[in-house]
Amino acid sequence: MSVKHALLALLEKPRYGYELRAEFEQRTGASWPLNVGQVYTTLSRLERDGLVEAGGTDAEGRSLYQLTEAGRVEVKGWFDSPVERTQPQRDELAIKLAVAVAVPSVDVGKVVQQQRNATMQALQGYRRQARSGAGDDLAGGLVLDRLVFAAEAEIRWLDHCESRLRRAAATSTAPEPAEPTEPTDGGTR
Amino acid sequence: MSDPVLRLTDVSRVHGTGAAEVQALRGVSLAAYAGELVAIMGPSGSGKSSLLTIAGGLDSPTSGSVSVDGQDLGEAGISGRAKLRRTSIGYVFQDFNLIPALTAAENVSLPLELDGAGRRPARDAARVALEEVGLDGFADRFPDEMSGGQRQRIAIARAIVGERRLILADEPTGALDTETGEDILKLIRARCDAGAAGVLVTHEPRYASWADRVIYVRDGLVVDEAGETPSTVFATGVEQ
Repeated sequence: MSVKHALLALLEKPRYGYELRAEFEQRTGASWPLNVGQVYTTLSRLERDGLVEAGGTDAEGRSLYQLTEAGRVEVKGWFDSPVERTQPQRDELAIKLAVAVAVPSVDVGKVVQQQRNATMQALQGYRRQARSGAGDDLAGGLVLDRLVFAAEAEIRWLDHCESRLRRAAATSTAPEPAEPTEPTDGGTR
Repeated sequence: MSDPVLRLTDVSRVHGTGAAEVQALRGVSLAAYAGELVAIMGPSGSGKSSLLTIAGGLDSPTSGSVSVDGQDLGEAGISGRAKLRRTSIGYVFQDFNLIPALTAAENVSLPLELDGAGRRPARDAARVALEEVGLDGFADRFPDEMSGGQRQRIAIARAIVGERRLILADEPTGALDTETGEDILKLIRARCDAGAAGVLVTHEPRYASWADRVIYVRDGLVVDEAGETPSTVFATGVEQ
């Protein structure tokens, strides 16, 4: 995921690198930790592209970054357009199940069950985070909700896969309609 | 570990006979301990609701045994089971099952009054339970005057009134929006954290995730279990 735009948007108010990282992590409920090197690399690229500029230092002498006019336009453009969905990210789970169905030695039902348990445990983990107050802050709460909805959707999809697999298995093991043992007269079927 | 509040041992339930025979449950064993919320998930017709009605003594197993608070429901007989339902077991249903002609407080105090409690102490207990579910001030309202979420809160107050040890909830969020559903689960969870044992039937993963353990039922069998604490209660009954 590109954090460029998110960091840029948070520079609505001038900030120094560590502060920017802390703000990003607090806003997003620490769901996507950033290392500070990544933040400074991004800032220097943004500066090179004319989207941010040095904004002096704070009382403790830390270098602040602030948005340029071009940066403001870029941020507005980001918020004004939807996140692209035309190229869904490569989905390892979907690929794994699709391949599992094609490989006869794999117990696909077990793959589904194992994943569902893991995802349910993740969902229970989000629940614990929420109960411990992680979602009390609005921004962090929205991110946590997003993770809950995504895990929920995955479990529902796995339930659906399981039903489809069972239906497919039932169809393939159903007894074939009995063939007539005597030649028929051809007009009764 | 102490004795479970609810224990089902090798429970089977067959409805109908001959060609119409349906095996709703096939040898299910499970236990729910004090302080624990257990969720039961499974597709429609998997037996999850049958399991709950048997756990609560509303239906009897064809074979196997059920005990609540150490008391065998089969041995308790009809009146013993009725007493347990009034005193130890609280139910929450999808469609609330409130009596429209009674106020919120009267709906909640009814099981206590049926059990012989005096009117005044029963009403006092009802008010405490209504407060616990955030309905203080609504005691004299009729269910029709309240929203779906508030009605389900009354139903929860009725399920917990009188310190019930076992809360059984069958799709309690089915008729509610996500946020209201979450509030309802919070209440059930809080009651379990306070020492009750809870069993929640749901088809929604988000609500199941409030539970300590999630049990999957399919074709009347427990087929899987997810949860942080590996269960020690599944000595039998899990299809491998």
